[in-house]
Amino acid sequence: MKDAPAHAPNVSLAKLFGVFLYVGGTSFGGSVIAYLRDHLVSRQEWLDEDQFLAAAEIGQTVPGLISTNAAVIVGGHLRGAAGAIAAAVGMTLPGAIFVFILGLMYAQFKSNPEVGAVLSGVGAAAVGLILATTLQMGAREIKKWQDWIILIPAFVVVGIYHISLVPVAVLVPIAIQFNRPEAKELAAYHAQQASYHAQLAEHHEEVAARHAAATAESSS
Amino acid sequence: MNKLVSLINMFALLSLLAVGGGTAVLPQMKHETVGTHEWLSAEQFNDIYSLGQLAPGPNMNMVTVIGYHVAGIPGAILVLLAFYLPSCTLVFAVGKIWDHFEGSPWRDAVRRGMAPITIGLMMSGVYAIGRTATINLNHSMRHNLTTVAITMVVTAMVIQRIRHVNFALLILMGGAVGWFALRMV
Repeated sequence: MKDAPAHAPNVSLAKLFGVFLYVGGTSFGGSVIAYLRDHLVSRQEWLDEDQFLAAAEIGQTVPGLISTNAAVIVGGHLRGAAGAIAAAVGMTLPGAIFVFILGLMYAQFKSNPEVGAVLSGVGAAAVGLILATTLQMGAREIKKWQDWIILIPAFVVVGIYHISLVPVAVLVPIAIQFNRPEAKELAAYHAQQASYHAQLAEHHEEVAARHAAATAESSS
Repeated sequence: MNKLVSLINMFALLSLLAVGGGTAVLPQMKHETVGTHEWLSAEQFNDIYSLGQLAPGPNMNMVTVIGYHVAGIPGAILVLLAFYLPSCTLVFAVGKIWDHFEGSPWRDAVRRGMAPITIGLMMSGVYAIGRTATINLNHSMRHNLTTVAITMVVTAMVIQRIRHVNFALLILMGGAVGWFALRMV
């Protein structure tokens, strides 16, 4: 909060749209976020690693797809609202057109047993991908027993009863409460904020005094 | 017209409920399109989900195929907008506030608190798709053994981080095995 935000590089809207369009059109097989990192951090150097991780973290926390959310954050950081729109559209359009064409073909051939067999295999593989991603993330993030008190109801309510609103409206506040910062952590943060504000006020006073002195000098 | 309105309402709501990604809302999406509205069969829903895995970009673009199936081209376009616009607008706003709370212990509390919810929701998404795609009691034993094997091999390969294997290749491999083993079953 103290540091001025890192200066955003000067990127034209067309270039921004082009890069996201490229990622959106080439990121086959999921893990789009890895493709994004590769292009935005390594190739274009529009962001550093930390800035990208922060964007991914917001994208993960806020509802919506992580990759699209991260694109909106990065686009917004580079070119404001227009950049956010360009990034989101570029990211989504190629895949949407691609899958739309597949959908048209599917409507034509859905009764063909060979097409059905291929799609059964693809579907089973897709389950493997999301299962592996879930297990990996679970191993990384689930650390204390309280997490299970949240995880199991979330699974039951949505998986069995198909009500997505309950975990979002009821479990989120409980989960945040379980993870609430300790009093001493909060006190330290508030003390730090207060000292920052005090420093700022002091600095303002100093500047004002210098101004007053300068005015007095020039008028005498 | 009525269909378009219910499509937009449904997908705009799902957009805002997709905590931790699109997988989180797969159960409700399947329940509403297959159960409540009977627009699709469970098999068709899964086939459309599978098509989505073959395309580049975010893995939920397949919602556009559901929209097309229900209400033609207008359905395809409006579903796409309804599914992306609400969450994108929200994240744009949150992105502006988020930096403001840098260093705040509450920001970390929110992030840590969301993690078990995200994982529970992802598990429910795996369950929603898996009980049609991997274990399906309407299919033969041989069909089930094949799909379970594909799912398990892909899971193991991803977890073992077999290097230089693109996820897209794993998906195509699944399709090839399916074509080879499931044509006659």
